[in-house]
Amino acid sequence: MNTALLESLRDKLAGDGREASVAHGLVAVELAANAVLPTATRLKTEHAFDLLLDVTAVDWPQREPRFDVVWHFYSTRDFVRIRLKTRVPAADPVVDTLISLYGSAHFMERECHDMYGIRFRGNADLRPILLYEGFEGHPLRKDYPKRREQPLVSYRK
Amino acid sequence: MNANLKRPAPALEYLTTKKDELIGWARKFSLFPYPFVTACCAMEFMSVSSTLYDTDRFGAALPRFTPRQSDLLMVVGTVTHKQAPILKKVYEQMCEPKWVMAFGVCATSGGFYQNYAALPGIDKIIPVDIYVPGCPPRPEMVIDGIMRLQDKIAGSKHPIVNDKF
Repeated sequence: MNTALLESLRDKLAGDGREASVAHGLVAVELAANAVLPTATRLKTEHAFDLLLDVTAVDWPQREPRFDVVWHFYSTRDFVRIRLKTRVPAADPVVDTLISLYGSAHFMERECHDMYGIRFRGNADLRPILLYEGFEGHPLRKDYPKRREQPLVSYRK
Repeated sequence: MNANLKRPAPALEYLTTKKDELIGWARKFSLFPYPFVTACCAMEFMSVSSTLYDTDRFGAALPRFTPRQSDLLMVVGTVTHKQAPILKKVYEQMCEPKWVMAFGVCATSGGFYQNYAALPGIDKIIPVDIYVPGCPPRPEMVIDGIMRLQDKIAGSKHPIVNDKF
């Protein structure tokens, strides 16, 4: 693990409302929702983070703002990972899309929209990808009832 | 059966019984399975159908990859709600007579998947003849299941003309 590289990345990214730290062998950055797109652009162009690994969310039902949206990036040049994390409120869970930077964001943002109902401003194609048309609600939100089923085929008597 | 049909004469009844036995015997040794394989149970399915356990001994060797040519639907693995319409369509495309085996605990009851995604047992949407639980089931259990299904086929009536046909 390249600790010196991680620490220099942390120092470059901290500031301007961003909190950066090194944990579990990656740089974790917490930032405001509107800073995600500029920061991701910087990561890609200046620091060679050329791979978007995942877009997901965390639901904190008791907290306001309720959702964390989390991105992981990987640099195939330097072999390091970075995490961006921002908070969005339940009333308007919107962040900017990264499809202009990473093609894979198309699919991962659709999955995140399926499971948590996060909307991605600029991604016009948020059709269900793992769920199906007509599915109500977002199953990985903590308030989705554990046993609620939405069958497509009606059950036999 | 049509309720208006008269009860056949005893001699005819005897012949019908023998005919059922004969057809049952033929059918039980010519099960053509359609593997509807969705999950990890597939590994055990491969094991049970290859040389070591060899379902060919029971006439259930040749998987048909079209439901129209098969008469045993083996549902191997978890079926999700999203996949349920496909399973139902496959079942409906099979010609009579047809039998269904729920292979593994997910197909039997949903197993430990009790959530938004998984169908809690395929018998919610199609009739099932034999359940083989286990996660995954041992090949011996599957063979036992096939043998029980054969007993069931041999012991049941095989009308040439029935109410569906």
